[in-house]
Amino acid sequence: MAFFLETLFGGLMAGMLYSLVALGFVLIFKASGVFNFAQGAMVLVAALCMARFAEWIPVWTGLESKALANLMAFAVSVVFMFLLAWVIERLVLRHLVNQEGVTLLMATLGITYFIDGFGQTLFGSDIYKIDVGMPKDPVFILDSLFEGGVLISQEDVVAALVAAVLVAALSVFFQKTGTGRALRAVADDHQAAQSIGIPLNRIWVIVWCVAGITALVAGIIWGSKLGVQFSLTTVALRALPVIILGGLTSVPGAIIGGLIIGVGEKLSEVYLGPLVGGGIEIWFAYMLALVFLLFRPQGLFGEKIIDRV
Amino acid sequence: MFYRENGQFKTSYRADQQIFAIAQDRWAIVAIVAFAAIGVPFLVDEYLFRAILIPFLILSLAALGVNILVGYCGQISLGSGAFMAVGAYMAYNTYVRVEGMPLIVALLSGGFFATVVGIFFGVPSLRVKGLYLAVATLAAQFFCDWAFLRIGWFTNNNPSGSVSVSDLAVLGWTINTPVEKYLFCLGFLVVFGLLAKNLVRSAIGREWMAIRDMDVAAAVIGIRPMYAKLSAFAVSSFIVGVAGALWGFVHLGSWEPAAFSIDRSFQLLFMVIIGGMGSIMGSFFGAAFIVVLPIFLNQVLPALGAMVGVDISTATVSHTEYMIFGALIVWFLIVEPHGLAKLWSIGKQKLRLWPFPH
Repeated sequence: MAFFLETLFGGLMAGMLYSLVALGFVLIFKASGVFNFAQGAMVLVAALCMARFAEWIPVWTGLESKALANLMAFAVSVVFMFLLAWVIERLVLRHLVNQEGVTLLMATLGITYFIDGFGQTLFGSDIYKIDVGMPKDPVFILDSLFEGGVLISQEDVVAALVAAVLVAALSVFFQKTGTGRALRAVADDHQAAQSIGIPLNRIWVIVWCVAGITALVAGIIWGSKLGVQFSLTTVALRALPVIILGGLTSVPGAIIGGLIIGVGEKLSEVYLGPLVGGGIEIWFAYMLALVFLLFRPQGLFGEKIIDRV
Repeated sequence: MFYRENGQFKTSYRADQQIFAIAQDRWAIVAIVAFAAIGVPFLVDEYLFRAILIPFLILSLAALGVNILVGYCGQISLGSGAFMAVGAYMAYNTYVRVEGMPLIVALLSGGFFATVVGIFFGVPSLRVKGLYLAVATLAAQFFCDWAFLRIGWFTNNNPSGSVSVSDLAVLGWTINTPVEKYLFCLGFLVVFGLLAKNLVRSAIGREWMAIRDMDVAAAVIGIRPMYAKLSAFAVSSFIVGVAGALWGFVHLGSWEPAAFSIDRSFQLLFMVIIGGMGSIMGSFFGAAFIVVLPIFLNQVLPALGAMVGVDISTATVSHTEYMIFGALIVWFLIVEPHGLAKLWSIGKQKLRLWPFPH
């Protein structure tokens, strides 16, 4: 029982991390109808930027305090992601208004490759560390209930908390602020939004900035867990089933989908994996999403798709 | 001046509907194929065969298959690498496990099994489309990556996980030297190219295009979406599967699942985008472009760096390659969504009028 709970908690935490990446996808898709394949590359480049500047700033300025250096690196990374968002809107999206979703998807594939190359040219392609002082040691909880208790990693708990805070902040931003309302209007109908005077281009820059910041947060958390390296981009591939399950347009869907996928992956790996030779995590998530699609093509919380001629 | 169709009157439906309606096109194609089959083996050295020509032939075959699915039927697929893998591994299994199996039959059986898998993973396309489908096809990719790595049966229980074939021969003709390999692949490409060209201009091809342009409207005028979509998946994965089998048997000789990873799927998709979606010709252009570009950059960038006195490492070259790829894809999508094939046909159009402007 304790082992089952341990796996379950592990899955929930991993799921929280997936939803963090998935959020970035959902935000951009909601506001601009672009399925942003480049989210993984953005996570990588944000994490690289953060890691390298945290390294460089103490060298350049002679700062002693690590926290201050991290903070400054974070600020620089935010600015960097803003610039990236602006450039992408300026050079790519602006020219592809009113194109089909598939064309835009392929454009983001191109952006992915570009950012991968660009980020590594700029910041180097070794494995770097991000150290923002996350607690590493696992702790036992519930030892009063079970013998030996349940082992969970503190790092995961912190990550899950950060993700929860981020989601809450985003919900407030979307529901309560004027900009959030404009974003929702654009998501609903580009033309109608434009006709009442919402500047589409600015909205897109804003939403890519927001997605950039979620990428940065995801990059910092994943980066401090796994180290900042090229394989971070595959995190995005693992987050894809999450949004398929949860629905492309739903923020709560990204969270619930993440939790389901996280738990499903861990449980399948532990209980089914040994039967077929292990390593089934990745495709199991996809198969789960695929089976799900057959019954509910729009995902758990997605809007119903209506086709008209 | 030379590219005119004046005076070529068509007096029968047959003449009107042939593949290359203009006589110059017909002669040009025959000349190109003849040159590729007879002239090239005498002119080209071994390195060029290995590094460029054989990969180009096989990958254009694969791109042709992907183009049928993505370009003609509009079903975006990110799992083409998986279908190549199925082709390669199943061809290997039939070749090794069945005594005295002819090579060509083995290769085609690889295509057949790829078709089965393709239809299976095409089923979601009946319920979902566009972006959701793209993700669904990724399931095929990851599943196949895993299956060929972990399930021993596929690799004939080879402990190293890689498989290899040797001593290829067709009806007593051994295929060992690069020239023979090249001619073998060329034969496949010509046959499948003709087949594909004829398919896309027949009734089924028009059904695919109708589904691509608007599937609801196509269903309304009596095209069965299930039949059209699944047949596109079947034909496409058959061709891709045969290409995969050729890639393993002829080009690599021995391989492991990494040869057919998700990067291969993206590469094939890029060939189709850059070459031109919905164009047989485009598949060849795209494949040529993507095969040659990395080699070109590898040669040119260090040389350029040496000229300005900067030492360019291989890592930088590969990063630059990424950047150039990405930028080119975006550029093509913005400037010429129909790819190199469109530029080609614009060029031909201009040539018809030349030297007069109107």
